[in-house]
Amino acid sequence: MLHLLSLKALRERLQKREVSSVELTKHFIDRIARFSDLNAFISVDEEGALAGAENADKRLNKKESGNLTGIPIAHKDIFCTKRLRTTCGSKMLSGFTAPYDATVVERLANAGCVTIGKTNMDEFAMGSSNETSFFGNVKNPWHTSRVPGGSSGGSAASVAARLIPAATGTDTGGSIRQPAAFCGLTGLKPSYGRVSRYGMIAFASSLDQGGPLTRSAEDSAIMFNAMGGFDPKDSTSIERPVPSVNELLDLDLRGLRLGLPTEFFDSSVDTAVLGSVREALQILEKRGAQLVDVSLPNSAAGIPCYYVIAPAEASSNLSRFDGVRFGHRSEQADSLLDLYECSRAEGFGEEVKRRILIGTYVLSAGYYDAYYLKAQKIRRVISDDFKKAFEKCDVIVGPTTPSTAFKIGEKTQDPVSMYLNDIFTNTVNLAGLPSLSLPVGLDGAGLPIGMQLIGRFMDETSLIGTAHQFQLETDWHERCPEDFS
Amino acid sequence: MEWECVIGLEVHVQLKTKSKIFSGASTTFGADANTQACGVDIGLPGVLPVMNREAVMMAARFGIAIGGTINEISVFARKNYFYPDLPKGYQISQFEIPVVEGGQLEIQTANGPRTIRITRAHLEEDAGKSLHEDFHGLTGIDLNRAGTPLLEVVSEPDLRSPEEAVAYLKKLHTLVRTLKICDGNMQEGSFRCDANVSVRPKGEAQLGTRAELKNINSFRFVERAIYFEIDRQIGVIEDGGSVVQETRLYDPDKDLTRSMRGKEEAHDYRYFPDPDLPPLMITKKELDAIRSAMPELPDTKLTRLVSSYELSNDDAALLAADSDLAKFFEDAVRTANGESRLIANWILGDLSSALNRESLSISESPVSPEMLGQLINRIKDNTISGKIAKQVFGDLWQGKGQVDDIIQNQGLTQITDTDAISKAVDDVITAFPSQVNQVRAGEEKVIGFLVGQVMKATSGKANPQAVNNLIKSKLSS
Repeated sequence: MLHLLSLKALRERLQKREVSSVELTKHFIDRIARFSDLNAFISVDEEGALAGAENADKRLNKKESGNLTGIPIAHKDIFCTKRLRTTCGSKMLSGFTAPYDATVVERLANAGCVTIGKTNMDEFAMGSSNETSFFGNVKNPWHTSRVPGGSSGGSAASVAARLIPAATGTDTGGSIRQPAAFCGLTGLKPSYGRVSRYGMIAFASSLDQGGPLTRSAEDSAIMFNAMGGFDPKDSTSIERPVPSVNELLDLDLRGLRLGLPTEFFDSSVDTAVLGSVREALQILEKRGAQLVDVSLPNSAAGIPCYYVIAPAEASSNLSRFDGVRFGHRSEQADSLLDLYECSRAEGFGEEVKRRILIGTYVLSAGYYDAYYLKAQKIRRVISDDFKKAFEKCDVIVGPTTPSTAFKIGEKTQDPVSMYLNDIFTNTVNLAGLPSLSLPVGLDGAGLPIGMQLIGRFMDETSLIGTAHQFQLETDWHERCPEDFS
Repeated sequence: MEWECVIGLEVHVQLKTKSKIFSGASTTFGADANTQACGVDIGLPGVLPVMNREAVMMAARFGIAIGGTINEISVFARKNYFYPDLPKGYQISQFEIPVVEGGQLEIQTANGPRTIRITRAHLEEDAGKSLHEDFHGLTGIDLNRAGTPLLEVVSEPDLRSPEEAVAYLKKLHTLVRTLKICDGNMQEGSFRCDANVSVRPKGEAQLGTRAELKNINSFRFVERAIYFEIDRQIGVIEDGGSVVQETRLYDPDKDLTRSMRGKEEAHDYRYFPDPDLPPLMITKKELDAIRSAMPELPDTKLTRLVSSYELSNDDAALLAADSDLAKFFEDAVRTANGESRLIANWILGDLSSALNRESLSISESPVSPEMLGQLINRIKDNTISGKIAKQVFGDLWQGKGQVDDIIQNQGLTQITDTDAISKAVDDVITAFPSQVNQVRAGEEKVIGFLVGQVMKATSGKANPQAVNNLIKSKLSS
């Protein structure tokens, strides 16, 4: 079964010419159509994908191929693409096609990937359940009454359902790791500045980071290596090369200190989640890792801090959607102010509006010091907590989320309970650190449980390496939701 | 009651970088609408700004020139407001920490020199333009100008009259052109000014409520707008009212200012540091490089021109105001090996009027400094007279060749052959007996007439001094 193969296995078959890229691409396009009920995709580019696959086959025949030549992938619909519209899950951009490719899209294309389509997401990446998308919610393939997580819900659901071997995502407060946890995937949020943000529609610029959603750590390494690296078009990108795939995977667990923050193992976390994480830790310990207790005393301030900074930046980033040059333009307007108000009122959904309002408020004269400036101070304190913890350990470990995937509709009426989903993930974005979620078990309802690894700045190697060592011992990452094998 | 006005100026200096401040698009003026705006300039989703270092270096050069502090770290902030020609819904500017802080300019006033303090100078991007004509009631947007680098120079409220405001503005204008960071073209909007104006009873320490005047884009309009505004404010107060804080637009056709928006309508710009741009760093090494490549500044140049070339202060000031003009002058003096006052007269007279007539800048002059210097050499060595020199200048302007070729080809060399001049003098003496008699009777002034006639007869080629001497000696014998 082609769709069950890892990136590495697919690459081998393609290079040995045991399978063609066209064959592979058709196979996945068929699966996407067959499981369209999941609503994981916003756009599928059959024609472009097949043309790309033919081209890849030619290069494979001539043995002039790159690392990922002929492998179909999907992009979260936040990455601009010339061939396909880029909606960001919003009515505002439902008719928008960018005149350029994002750096991530360009790099993966250069590595030989065939882009099949664009995946569903929470509107402008604002959400933790993929329920804020203008294009409808996405179902979790493990249990279709459950959410896949968000905001990269479409990418997570499609990789979990084996509709695509790998997909890109973005993570501003947990948007790669939380859906990876909910869908039983390996999701990497690289260090801030590792992956170019050029062409990635901004939600909160100081927190946004692109990364891969894959089935295994090995696949994650392959994707991260192809996506990352310095980009002169992004002034916040870091001028350091991404380690090779082998460097990313080759880690000796002996002597590696895993820090367990007491704040991440408290009673608010489901017992099944805590149980699976503890079992996973035992396996790592058996392979030589040391477990040490650490503390991140200001973690609780993470959510309020995040929900000041992210909306503040978003309120400004989303100002360009004004109906003047591109995007939705209201037909109702008969004055300039009307044009702005109606276009934005019609084009944005409720959660986006909520965050624009919060963001505008916290930046307003008279409130700036009390909210935005205060949040920036807390951000530094949170960063310092991590620095102190990393004096005692090499990797911080805990559950990715307090619970497994919740029911569709369960939290839509209560934004704060929705926000609390990201309690373990969003401090990592505030500190700009790399972090990875990997599957470590299933709960009583058969839903995946994710464990989060957090590394020092620029140390993705310890995360991918640890996850890879764990996956060499276990098969959680190979589990496939029942109806999709 | 005697009133005093208090003026502070905010000047937007457009930096003449090749590309925009945060994108690679060209900054050339006058291209077809929206042809010089790339994805970054039109604020496409997903694009990011990248700092143009050339603009930073220009800002630093300005900071050094005014004796200000160049911040080693400054911060870009977003100024948020909605307007159709502002593509991102925010302008990238500097707010809390600008690139330049402090500094000063010295101006000449009726009461002697005064020092005007500069608060700060910060980098920012320009917006596009809204076009209200030609669209049948709709508004067109041209984003060619969006993202053009600006240095906003903010003065302290140190100016005390419209004349001082203009003197400061002219001084600044000269400085940015000398530094080669701005072309200074006010019609094209490369050098734009807003004025904060208030009045208070003379002797009062506290500042009055100010109005901000916009759209005053010529030296003349600045003066007139401020005059109008001072009168208006004094009128309001004397009628028992009080000035309100507001933004007013100057209407040059009606020569008045009118309210644009009041304080309560003022925007809350919600400034915050732009997360897309890391703090702007300038190293000591970069500053040293700028310092060592600093051109001579206008004040130093003026002093030097006066002392080295024995020029009048007025002539020297005119030359120092335009570094290209001053360079032309010095090059011409070098060729002529002196004659600085004569050369200054030529440059500020014949050359400047020819340039003005054809709207050329000094760098576009068809007459080079070497040509002018050579022309002066030929006057000095009596090859041609000053009068003939003007004719040669005309030919040089029209590109008819080098000085000596023109003189030779057209036979313009002064007649130094005394026999030939003597013959011409004799002919004139014979032809104008009554004037000759007047001279003989002691009316010395009439000699000039006779000299003129000889010059006319020799087509100006005789040396007028030689002719004068000859006539005198012939008539006294």
